[in-house]
Amino acid sequence: MQTSTIVIAILVLGTIAYRLGRRRSLAVAGGPRGIKNLHSLPGYYGLLTAIWCALPALGVLGAWHFVDQRVIADAVLSHMPGGAQQLPADQKGLLLNDIRNVVQGNVAASNASPAIQAAAGEWQRLDGLSRIAGGVLALCVGLLGATLVWRRIAPGLRARNRVEWIVELNLLLCSMVAILTTIGIVISVLYEALQFFRMVPITDFLFGTKWSPQMAIRADQVGSSGAFGAVPLFTGTLLISLIAMVIAVPVGLFSAIYLAEYADRRVRAVAKPLIELLAGVPTVVYGFFAALTIGPMLRAFGLTLGLSVASESALAAGLVMGIMIIPFVSSLADDMITAVPQSLRDGAYALGATRSETIRQVVLPAALPGIAGGVLLAVSRAIGETMIVVMAAGLSANLTANPLQAVTTVTVQIVTLLVGDQEFNSPKTLAAFALGLVLFVATLILNIVALQIVRRYREQYE
Amino acid sequence: MSSPTAARARTTQQKVAAGLVRRYRAERRFRAYGMAAVTIGIVFVGFLFWTIIAKGYTAFAQTFVALDVEYSAEVIDPAGTRSREDLETADYAALIKASLRQKFPEVTEHSELRKLYGLVSSAGEVTLRDRVLANPKLIGQRERVWLLAKDQVDMLVKGQVDRALPEEQRNIDNQTIGWVDRLRAEHRVEKQFNRRFFTGGDSRDPEQAGVGGAIAGSFLTLVITLLLSFPIGVAAAVYLEEFAPQNRLTDLIEVNINNLAAVPSIVFGLLGLAMFIQFFGLPRSAPLVGGLVLTLMTLPTIIITSRAALKAVPPSIREAALGMGASSVQTVTHHVLPMAVPGMLTGAIIGMARALGESAPLLMIGMVAFIVDIPQGFTSAATVLPVQVYLWASSPERAFVERTSGAIMVLLAFLLVMNAAAVFLRSRFERRW
Repeated sequence: MQTSTIVIAILVLGTIAYRLGRRRSLAVAGGPRGIKNLHSLPGYYGLLTAIWCALPALGVLGAWHFVDQRVIADAVLSHMPGGAQQLPADQKGLLLNDIRNVVQGNVAASNASPAIQAAAGEWQRLDGLSRIAGGVLALCVGLLGATLVWRRIAPGLRARNRVEWIVELNLLLCSMVAILTTIGIVISVLYEALQFFRMVPITDFLFGTKWSPQMAIRADQVGSSGAFGAVPLFTGTLLISLIAMVIAVPVGLFSAIYLAEYADRRVRAVAKPLIELLAGVPTVVYGFFAALTIGPMLRAFGLTLGLSVASESALAAGLVMGIMIIPFVSSLADDMITAVPQSLRDGAYALGATRSETIRQVVLPAALPGIAGGVLLAVSRAIGETMIVVMAAGLSANLTANPLQAVTTVTVQIVTLLVGDQEFNSPKTLAAFALGLVLFVATLILNIVALQIVRRYREQYE
Repeated sequence: MSSPTAARARTTQQKVAAGLVRRYRAERRFRAYGMAAVTIGIVFVGFLFWTIIAKGYTAFAQTFVALDVEYSAEVIDPAGTRSREDLETADYAALIKASLRQKFPEVTEHSELRKLYGLVSSAGEVTLRDRVLANPKLIGQRERVWLLAKDQVDMLVKGQVDRALPEEQRNIDNQTIGWVDRLRAEHRVEKQFNRRFFTGGDSRDPEQAGVGGAIAGSFLTLVITLLLSFPIGVAAAVYLEEFAPQNRLTDLIEVNINNLAAVPSIVFGLLGLAMFIQFFGLPRSAPLVGGLVLTLMTLPTIIITSRAALKAVPPSIREAALGMGASSVQTVTHHVLPMAVPGMLTGAIIGMARALGESAPLLMIGMVAFIVDIPQGFTSAATVLPVQVYLWASSPERAFVERTSGAIMVLLAFLLVMNAAAVFLRSRFERRW
């Protein structure tokens, strides 16, 4: 039995429950003429019955599916010969993976060993049983819920209030998803990061200057001891972000000033959406642009000047990242500039100031906190940007301030450490989570400060 | 009588007049900075799109070579059974090789023959097999068939190989160029519309690679994202705008939403990897997990735009409904929500467009694998369009450059359509009170 069939069955059951509840309310009220005796409209009695039928049933089904795979895995292992149950955890995982591959048809059954084939057969039998059992249980719960409500339907039952209470509760739960997400991020990143800090001391990680995360596979291997000093990554991230801000802030700010204060309506109507097109371009496109167009261009240009530019230079990545951030800065600055009250400008003009003097000495100082907040948000985006640096910035962890050399960033290292197969107990994989923690904390602080500034600024002129 | 004041007035006027030239110059300079900034922005837009289109438009046509293939019965069906199984497993590559040998009888040396066979893509075998399966009467006959050319030939025909370069610096040698030129002179080389690019899955051979699988993966992922993020986002927005009391919890929720909107997307990838794959044991590379991660990522956007749409509904509507005796839930579901739906849909489309272009978190959950098959369901391994772009961009073959740009053009076209739909919705249904 497919899960989708069971869900559809539950929904059908809910619809039937709705009709029955509605009919029951009319019956207890004494037919359509007795409707005025009911506390709520008949539909609400139907809804209440349907909700108490479908919601618990879906809940039971979800809980069942959350548990059953583990139970099946345990049962299959305990049936396997050779004491599979006593294997260490990682070998058990591999064994289960083999069985699962056979079950899902990723590996032809004929290629697997007889023990695994038998286990896969057992797995399929148990899985089928469990699906049927879960489905039947869910439907029974649904029926039970519907019957209980159906029997309690009476003219005095405050069906509307109960339905609305459930609706409001669900709305609240939906808005709690944001909190749950944050908690999920913190737990998942923090848990793995703490495991990492148990292997590598946190001070070595934060203040070490050598980064080479390759671990020795064999004990006697030479040259890959594994060093997790993240300082080169931090400086690389900051260098690229700095280059990006050097491009994005002046261009974004001046184009916002021009479009908000000087340009006539037609120019604004054309130029503003054109610049904002840059915001809609996926970052992977920028990465491609940086790696295949800007990088070689800079290299060729450097050669004519006699400079050696690395083919994956910090400059190329920073430049393109700056282009990406221009619309972000310009639209935020535009908002802040247009929020400055016209009366301030009129006052400056009345004193004989020119337009640029008004902008420089009145409008910009008034808008400055808002713009600063916007720039901080832009910095946080630059730090967290991934695809451009993955494709254009390279992997060599150089501790340098020279923008013509290759550097690597926090996000690049997270991607390279985690793409491909991972073992969740090697420091190499866990290091990615430690870097993620640093990234999350850094951007969180920037965001909170920036949002606070922007909010206080908005309130000032409202 | 007031000569001192007059004198002072004159001097002030003079002072102002003396500074005016400088001040006007500063004014013009400032204005020029602004204009330069806008121009730089627009030049960047133009340059970005121009390079992508200039590199990518050739991906929509592909080179084919016409060969006279003899469907010899000894090769296809030596036993003469004509059973489907025999026809499916026959050695069609041998047919292509035979017709190439026939076309260039002077080539006899083993290494040269290998180069000669390299003119035609291995997809040609599938073409022949499909033709024979569709019409077994072809066996024993001769036919001129257009077969997909290998990527090096394609690059040569598209003029992306510099013939002036010394031979060892090209990935195609003089002899092969000679063969291609001879075929061209006989009108046996042709560029045709590249249907495979839109329908096919990924491939190690550039000439066979297509974005069909990635489009299907993106579609499946977005379906999950939309189904989850739109209802949850709207519900959260309704709660925060219409029901939430002013208290600690509400503040906490709001702070969280605003912060999540600015958390780097790769952190959501870490969450997906640790939670959904490690803890809940969901399959790697699956659109289901991708959709879940993108849901969490787009949720703040959808909540924020939906709240703006709800705020735009005037309070008089609510007051009228409440005044008629509607409950607060009835007011919202019967009156406020229907009026806010267009604005919410616009927000949802913009959120989906962001999700479609996102790739960093999907790298974390394994949607970066090399997948040839077109994904069939929410749990089968898949990749998405932007990740396909990333994968091709890091492939060394030269022919993948145009494929990458072509895939980017497809991606941008989808984004353009979605944003145009959002703009249309907004202008069509936006109401001003």
